[in-house]
Amino acid sequence: MTHTSSLHALARRAGAATPPAFAARVRGLSDRAVAWLFITPTIVLLLAINVFPLIWTIRLSFTNYRANRPNAPLRWVGLENYTSILSDPDVWHAMQTTAHFVVWSIALQVLLGFGLALLINRQFRGHGFWTTVILLPMMLSPAVVGNFWTFLFQPQTGLFNTIVAVLAGRDPSSFQMIGDVALAPWAIVLVDTWMWTPYVMLICLAGLRSIPDDLYEAAEVDRAGPWRRFWSITLPMVLPFLMLAVLFRGIENFKMFDMVNLLTSGGPGSTTEVASITLKREAFEKWRTGYSSAFAVILFVTVFGLANIYVKVLNGVKQR
Amino acid sequence: MRTPVTLMCAAAALGLVATAAQPAMAQTKQLTLCWAAWDPANALVELSKDFTAKSGIGMKFEFVPWTSYADRFLNELNSKGKLCDLIIGDSQWIGGAAENGHYVKLNDFFKREGITMDDFMPATVTGYSEWPKKTPNYWALPAMGDAIGWTYRKDWFSRPDIKAAFQQKAGRELVPPKTWDELKEVASFFQGREIDGRKVYGAYIYTERGSEGITMGVTNALYAFGFKYEDPNKPYSMQGFVNSADAVKGLEFYKQLYECCTAPGMTNAYMQEGLDAFKSGQVAMQMNFFAFFPGLHKDPNVGGDKIGFFVNPMQKERGTQLGGQGISVVAYSERRDDALQYIKWFAQPDVQKKWWSLGGYSCHKAVLNDPNFPKSAPFAADFLTSMGMVKDFWAEPSYATLLLDMQKRMHDYVIANQGTAQQALDLLIRDWTKVFKDDGKI
Repeated sequence: MTHTSSLHALARRAGAATPPAFAARVRGLSDRAVAWLFITPTIVLLLAINVFPLIWTIRLSFTNYRANRPNAPLRWVGLENYTSILSDPDVWHAMQTTAHFVVWSIALQVLLGFGLALLINRQFRGHGFWTTVILLPMMLSPAVVGNFWTFLFQPQTGLFNTIVAVLAGRDPSSFQMIGDVALAPWAIVLVDTWMWTPYVMLICLAGLRSIPDDLYEAAEVDRAGPWRRFWSITLPMVLPFLMLAVLFRGIENFKMFDMVNLLTSGGPGSTTEVASITLKREAFEKWRTGYSSAFAVILFVTVFGLANIYVKVLNGVKQR
Repeated sequence: MRTPVTLMCAAAALGLVATAAQPAMAQTKQLTLCWAAWDPANALVELSKDFTAKSGIGMKFEFVPWTSYADRFLNELNSKGKLCDLIIGDSQWIGGAAENGHYVKLNDFFKREGITMDDFMPATVTGYSEWPKKTPNYWALPAMGDAIGWTYRKDWFSRPDIKAAFQQKAGRELVPPKTWDELKEVASFFQGREIDGRKVYGAYIYTERGSEGITMGVTNALYAFGFKYEDPNKPYSMQGFVNSADAVKGLEFYKQLYECCTAPGMTNAYMQEGLDAFKSGQVAMQMNFFAFFPGLHKDPNVGGDKIGFFVNPMQKERGTQLGGQGISVVAYSERRDDALQYIKWFAQPDVQKKWWSLGGYSCHKAVLNDPNFPKSAPFAADFLTSMGMVKDFWAEPSYATLLLDMQKRMHDYVIANQGTAQQALDLLIRDWTKVFKDDGKI
């Protein structure tokens, strides 16, 4: 009681201290105006750090601007940067590398993540402990992951090579995961899968936990077997969650940079040079700002377009 | 009433502290010097204590690992950052830094202070200070002379059993190689050999993809085989020079050396990996910059009597990749006068002598022309020889683009085994031509 009365007293004092003119003004605002008052700072911030740079990037993409030569005359080049990018075989190679990485890493993560979620969804001894262990990789920084997998893949002393060599009965230095043109694209897929499968598992687990038990009970009454229950209940109910995981991982992997850069630097040669590494080299090493802006716009439109199509499909699946 | 009183007291206290701090701040002037994080940088920290003692100006250092050195500091310069008052920038930066106004031009300062470039080794003045090249326009003081050289396991080379085995295999004595053919022969002899119960490998060479590694490595073979950047009589004309038959041979040779005689997994290796490989007793010979040799000579496991040094081998001609840097005053520094004072101090012959004694490579003739210099360290004579045959990569304002193009073409061919040497060099000309066209040079 004492606490409540003191709060009331405090509120009365605050009310009395508020200048009447301001109080009247605030009281006179409509709900809409108050709403605008609240969201304006966020909108201003978004405009400043998201929309303005985007518009600026689009503008630069039509110029020959180089950030390291601020004194050079700025020339309007029209679509030259875009045509140059789209006709550059090296850019297409980078896009193919990105596609390989995105498709295979997501396929593996979905498969393994869903499988792990099905396992973790059951109650067993040490359930909490194993869940934590499985989640550990996604808690690490991609930079750390890139660095320590470099050591694991080391042909002479790396743990990965040693284990594979023991299992396959080969010399550990007889193969190079990140130095071999054939193996390096798979090495980055493997590391990304190791790191992000737990993330897909978590989303799938949320889907599995959201399935009402009475559906399974009804299926049992209808004498549906485990496979039938899986195909008719589990998978359709988890599918929207799974598709959401694919969307998140797809967007993330399309712009993957740090882990691949630390693991292979895009090598050997340009074998693992994904689009974002090419973009970084053009923008911050070659300083072709106009050109790299055009490349960034192309990547943005690609991701944005694909994501929009995907979201429409996802909504269709949800409505079914 | 309590709040205004407290505020007044706090303001008064703050005023007192600020007033008291003023003379102290005047005494603690400080300069920030930016460079790469490596052994010579530690020597410079030691050397600079003398400057602080003499001038009262404190020195702060910003050292960045080599792999991100160019990225970090070129970003700093391009954004007109004020982090660095002094910068020891790579030799290839000089064109861009001069043309974009990042460095202070030092001609007037040199004239005023009686500093003459005649006191420095000509190759270092051209390499580290001049832009445009071969013109008396100075943007840096030669600070750290460097070039590519080689270390070898002297103890292995002198073991009777190994010597005999080599004699039997090659029909000649096992000595440090003088030509690239000899180097490959020695490297293949050591490759996979068991020494003291351990499998060892022939040679360590640069293969790094991300920054400048493979270019800094492959050019040593290219120069020796006859590669030229351009027609000496027609600047920027590269056809028949960059992709000459000799250059193709040199590139093919480097690939063969990589395939036959390096340790497994060396697909993305630069300076540090070379040091690790040599220090761990993995390789018989190592390509690396002279800057690391004092540290290697002191190494308890492979230094002392166990290590030997030799200059980059010749083939058709002599040539080695220039390393090293000049020291410049950053145009955006707010302590320009103090920074110039540091350069004046650093240019003194006595300071340069101490610089060499601490592990830095002086470019000053007072050090290098001293009759005792070749004997002052086991690698000193080779350093002198190397500095007489150095060649450098393009130092154009677009050097970073030119470098990345070469990194890609060389790594694609040597490590990723894509295409032929001829194709790699033809593509390199295509890339470089585009850059020079964009720059309006051709």
